[in-house]
Amino acid sequence: MIRTPFIVRFFSATSRRGWIGLGFFSLITLVLMPLLHLALPEGSTFHVSGYVITLIGKILCYAIVAVAMDLIWGYAGILSLGHGVFFALGGYAFGMYLMRQIGRDGSYKSDLPDFMVFLDWKELPWYWAGSDSMFWSIVLVLVVPALLAFIFGFFAFRSRIKGVYFSIITQAMTYAFMLLFFRNETGFGGNNGFTDFKRILGYGITTPEMRVTLFALSALTLMAVLVLGRYLVTSKFGRVLTAIRDAETRVMFIGYNPLWYKLFIWTLSAMLCAIAGVLYVPQVGIINPSEMSPANSIEIAIWVAVGGRGTLIGPVLGAFIVNLAKSYFTVAFPEYWLFFLGALFIGVTLWLPRGVVGLWRTMTEKRIAR
Amino acid sequence: MILMYAGVINAALDASVVSRLAAEESEDKITAIKQLGQTADPAALAVLKALNDDVLYVAGGRVLVIIDDKATDAATGAVLAAVPDDAEGISINNRIRATLANVIAGLRLFDADRTVRLAAAVELQGNADPDAAPLLSRALEKESDPGVKAVLSLAYAQATLGANDPAVRLAAVKMLAESSDPRHRSLLLSLTDAANEPDGKVRAQAELSLRAINSRLQLSNMVGQVFTGLSLGSILLLAALGLAITYGVMGVINMAHGELLMVGAYATYGMQSIFRSKFPELIDWYVVAAIPVAFCAAALVGMIMERTVIRWLYGRVLETLLATWGLSLILIQAARVLFGAQNVEVSNPTWMSGGFELMANVQLPLNRVVIIGFSFFVLALVWVLMNKTRLGMFVRAVTQNRTMAGCVGVPTTRIDTLAFGLGAGIAGLGGVALSQISNVGPDMGQGYIVDSFMVVVLGGVGQLAGAVWAALGLGIAIKFIEGWAGAVIAKILVLVFIIIFIQKRPQGLFALKGRFVDN
Repeated sequence: MIRTPFIVRFFSATSRRGWIGLGFFSLITLVLMPLLHLALPEGSTFHVSGYVITLIGKILCYAIVAVAMDLIWGYAGILSLGHGVFFALGGYAFGMYLMRQIGRDGSYKSDLPDFMVFLDWKELPWYWAGSDSMFWSIVLVLVVPALLAFIFGFFAFRSRIKGVYFSIITQAMTYAFMLLFFRNETGFGGNNGFTDFKRILGYGITTPEMRVTLFALSALTLMAVLVLGRYLVTSKFGRVLTAIRDAETRVMFIGYNPLWYKLFIWTLSAMLCAIAGVLYVPQVGIINPSEMSPANSIEIAIWVAVGGRGTLIGPVLGAFIVNLAKSYFTVAFPEYWLFFLGALFIGVTLWLPRGVVGLWRTMTEKRIAR
Repeated sequence: MILMYAGVINAALDASVVSRLAAEESEDKITAIKQLGQTADPAALAVLKALNDDVLYVAGGRVLVIIDDKATDAATGAVLAAVPDDAEGISINNRIRATLANVIAGLRLFDADRTVRLAAAVELQGNADPDAAPLLSRALEKESDPGVKAVLSLAYAQATLGANDPAVRLAAVKMLAESSDPRHRSLLLSLTDAANEPDGKVRAQAELSLRAINSRLQLSNMVGQVFTGLSLGSILLLAALGLAITYGVMGVINMAHGELLMVGAYATYGMQSIFRSKFPELIDWYVVAAIPVAFCAAALVGMIMERTVIRWLYGRVLETLLATWGLSLILIQAARVLFGAQNVEVSNPTWMSGGFELMANVQLPLNRVVIIGFSFFVLALVWVLMNKTRLGMFVRAVTQNRTMAGCVGVPTTRIDTLAFGLGAGIAGLGGVALSQISNVGPDMGQGYIVDSFMVVVLGGVGQLAGAVWAALGLGIAIKFIEGWAGAVIAKILVLVFIIIFIQKRPQGLFALKGRFVDN
């Protein structure tokens, strides 16, 4: 029997309904919103402001992270409380390029980034070599977080660390990295991180055109990640992964080695986070070590939980719901945001174990049954 | 005061020297002060003290001590009938004051009271110059107390380091080998250089003495590090003990465990406020009163958490992790709303402040010593509770095999609640200890969850001995690594170590005996 070509399998994994949904999504994010932002004058009722574009762009990046998180948590049963570190490493790797793009326009008019002048460093540290090239920084983005994830995952999965053990160790990892990046001597701007970016590939970073480009890129990436995710979870690989989630020992007894399955999805997830970090940094204009704080990483888990684990659309919904709520609450009732977030953690785990998507499905099933 | 001055001024002093205290020139005054200092006479001490306290006057060429309208001749000690009208105060400047302080300290070396002599010797050791050498040697001859003598001989050695006679210098350098003072090390270091010390023998001896001091300093450094490590370890132990119980029984990590520490610390703060306003005379004992209060407060919060949230997530460990994180956020924000976002001030009671000197250069702060003792007290308490009581037996049974325990009649759900309350209460006790050495604020618990979980992982679940060894070992290891690599690197190294450790012994240092199948 001739196997269906890979490319066909890859794209046919996403159902017709899925493609229609993606079509709508791209219509809104790739055509409608950019047009409303660029073409309409600022006073117009339908004008989409720069703030909205940046906010939604930011949440699109978060949604990519949420899908990446869902791939390991929802499908492989590995709860990482340290995914922020991969996100931030991607952001830092690209941030190095952005810092070099500032050139001599910094406040010290030096070839070196401002914080290095401030520390009285005379030349770039060795790991900054090549950071003025876009190509090299993209290589770093893809390699460094993946390498960290691979090494960490290899040792952790090989000794079959799982469940809460694994979660806490990932949390300790992100905590350690945060401390490391807080140090000025580490060479990544310490406390303040990287900021004051001026341009990408020579184009100004604050222009509306660049804003829309980054926004569209984020949307495109999210869609690509969703298609890839659909292919992965419907493939044989994805089924083994789900089996590992549900009964790891049984899978082992049947003859699979869970190590490589887990390691692959774990490393892939880290890379997706890093890519999200790349898109995130130029849009918000800053990256600092607090992105690696354990609290940030654990928040990713709640996006996924709110949306619905084990589905691909759930994390995207969850990222949007939680982050829109956050930007509303932190402005309207800053005192109560933590109460709300805490209650969300508790409420979702107690009453919505399958998230919003699960709730929707239960409701539609009931309606059909009636 | 009057008695102190008047009573002592009976022996006659050299009147010409005393009168020169009233000289115009500062130089003359200083010479006179120094001459009086050489007499080793209690009367001279009294006069110099009077000068220091600005009660020394001059009237008609006679130097008088005038206190409360009563004049005494400084030289003879005779009491005058009336205070002369033309009495004029003798003023002194800062330079004179410095000399005066030194000379007074020198004279106090001959005091009858041992503690006064010791204090004077220590003071002199700080700035022993060649001028003080004769006085010190005289004091050394008369001294009988070994403790004072040791300090004096070091001071003497320091004072004679610059002597012209190489033999004297050699003796001084030899003597300094007994010192543990970093200052002496730098003095000796300069003497090993041929530019500062012409005599080869002295240089060689300086090398030897230097080595002796260095090894002693190294030892005291080591002892200090072990102590701070123990102190950190005892805190980790207090944080981890409670976590070990809850994790052991229910298999879930309580991410709000650090916030239970915070509850205990705020309970301590509350007790302090109550004692301040209601029983100010008993304020020193508020910490003792806070112990049961903090235990109960944290245990109550813990039991409520278990009853309302954690119980319903049984068997879904990762969800429990998230739900308890949510609880911790709520507790933190509640603390912010109730007590403000700023740290609150909790002060040590007087019997816990200060420190004592274990050896030279090793100061042990009393509050840390008390906390190490307290953590062992809590440990003993937990041990008795777990091993000698019916509740403890049930808890151990549920830890080892929940289903089996349920089958033989252990009320497992009630044990869950009680065990959770117990673990939370112990965290509250940890909070009392923490409040005495670190800041009390809403975020204080956040940093402890990872560390205390590391202790539990390292020690193995359900084993008190494991928790003890892991906590103290980690504490000391962290402090030693911090010594040469800095705090951040230490944290990272410890984390890497634990990840590697789990490779080898996934069950921790002290695994429970038996067979386990997961899934």
